[in-house]
Amino acid sequence: MHMADALLSPAVGGIMWTATAAATVCCSTKLKNNLDDRKIPLMGVLAAFVFAAQMINFTIPGTGSSGHLGGGLLLAVLLGPPAAFLAMASVLTVQALFFADGGLLALGCNIFNLGIFPCFIAYPLIYKRIVAGHPTPGRLLAGSLLAGIIGLQLGSLAVVLETTLSGVSELPFSSFLILMQPIHLAIGIAEGLVTAGVISFIWQTRPEILEQTAAERPPGGLPIKAVLAGLALATVLTGGLLSRYASERPDGLEWAMFKVPGHEKLEAPAGVHQSLQGIQDKTALLPDYGFRDTETTDAGRLGTSAAGMIGSLLVLLVGLGLGLLLKKRGKTGHGHPHPHV
Amino acid sequence: MSAKIDRAFYDIGHLDNLAEADTPLHRLDPRAKLLTTAAFIVSVVSFGKYEIAGLLPFFLYPAVLIGLGNLPLGFLLRKLLIVSPFVIFIGIFNPWFDQVVVLQLGAVNITGGWISFISLLLRFTLTVGAALLLIASTGFATICMALDRLGTPRIFTVQLLLLYRYIFILIGEAIRMIRAHSLRSFDRRGKIAYQVFLQMLGNLLLRSIDRAQRIHMAMLSRAFTGEIKVVRQFNFAYREIFFLLGFSALFIILRVTEVTAFLGRFILTLWAGGG
Repeated sequence: MHMADALLSPAVGGIMWTATAAATVCCSTKLKNNLDDRKIPLMGVLAAFVFAAQMINFTIPGTGSSGHLGGGLLLAVLLGPPAAFLAMASVLTVQALFFADGGLLALGCNIFNLGIFPCFIAYPLIYKRIVAGHPTPGRLLAGSLLAGIIGLQLGSLAVVLETTLSGVSELPFSSFLILMQPIHLAIGIAEGLVTAGVISFIWQTRPEILEQTAAERPPGGLPIKAVLAGLALATVLTGGLLSRYASERPDGLEWAMFKVPGHEKLEAPAGVHQSLQGIQDKTALLPDYGFRDTETTDAGRLGTSAAGMIGSLLVLLVGLGLGLLLKKRGKTGHGHPHPHV
Repeated sequence: MSAKIDRAFYDIGHLDNLAEADTPLHRLDPRAKLLTTAAFIVSVVSFGKYEIAGLLPFFLYPAVLIGLGNLPLGFLLRKLLIVSPFVIFIGIFNPWFDQVVVLQLGAVNITGGWISFISLLLRFTLTVGAALLLIASTGFATICMALDRLGTPRIFTVQLLLLYRYIFILIGEAIRMIRAHSLRSFDRRGKIAYQVFLQMLGNLLLRSIDRAQRIHMAMLSRAFTGEIKVVRQFNFAYREIFFLLGFSALFIILRVTEVTAFLGRFILTLWAGGG
């Protein structure tokens, strides 16, 4: 479920970072303005709880596999959307740094996919509507289940969209969708069931905890509206960028087919060579067919990529040598006093 | 299962221990490292999807960092391996969908899909490696301070610090619960049934909430007014400027120009001249 840096293009990663940063700033100011300072330690500890809870796995009956809690929805129920979003963002930041889940550029996407959807869509629009302050076991179950499923479906849809828009993976949109959505249907059901179970447990043992958050009115319309507006803006931006990208850089091969056998064929060889050079700038290694009268440039091209490889390997070797050297020096010069203990 | 949890627990601690060391890299201002890491990641992912040759020189950066910071390569590689499945799972479809032959090595045809798959793995290693190196050479609390200084909302950085402080305690509680359960579960061999799982999770949650209330009282009795004050000296000196600008310039040169191709051609010419 975690998006990875390697699958992202800078444009998509940057847009998602911007959207996430905006949401973080928005939630922070919202919380600061009507600060209930009890919440500060509660947010931190509950975020740590999500971590600890993910260590406990239950066995799914009938199968050998196991499931655990995702946490976004449960945090939203316990803390309200803005605080839950910040807590979820901190969980994902720690996961990105310590467990290398995803990576730093993808952090924007991950916070968006796993934070915004459960906190600002699944919880207020679905869970809250169904439970509506009268938590009966049936309502709790229905609300959590539906909210869990929809939250995760939206999240995995976002992963598919982000990956497809980035264009690093070759998976076509539809196949990727078919691959991802059913898995996340199962995960969403598990998430909903666990959330419902834990909330009913709390409801039976310590109902006042839930009454506290349910009675709270601070997370009114504003942050949700702001976040939805941000979402719409991000969509438009992404769409605009994508369409520009698509017209500017068609598939490398199609572009080549269009260009080479076309009118430029009659021009001086230098023209062909230049256009080839142009293609080569776009894709490092190119298909062998499609260029019928370019034996000479072909050889030149291969020569260039061989040179590129050799040069790269050289720099790599220098780097490794430098690393080893520095490491050795670091070991011999170990007698430094420790300044911060 | 218990062994796996203990391992994850140990790993966080180990990364933090690494950050305690005292090397030129560890002494750098965290803001310089954070911004350089960001520049590195953006340069790496901005390459076209068939790029391989251009990515290789970027291994220079992690190599220098590992050398400067005297960090254990094996441990970092093992962490990379643990998180690789998702990227491999998505990337392995590239050879399947992109079967255009781009290169012939003797009788072996290499398709565009394999090239882009290898490129994907290189990107993964570089970007995730850079994040791990950042944490191993800086430490989490210091990164939070750097984020704070760079303008991240204070509530969020405080969240991060509190989360980090209580992770170890709550994971410890979770581990003790699991151990207690597995000692009493006999023929289920530590497998946790759904109903029991809910009870365990609910109890852990109640304990966490109670803990948060105690923390809040302790904070109040120490004059907490809702604002967290951070005392920490930072020093963005020439060393930091040199590190940040030097590496950023290197990334841009490696990304924009064909330095490596030029170098390679030079070597080939030398070779031809000598032979």
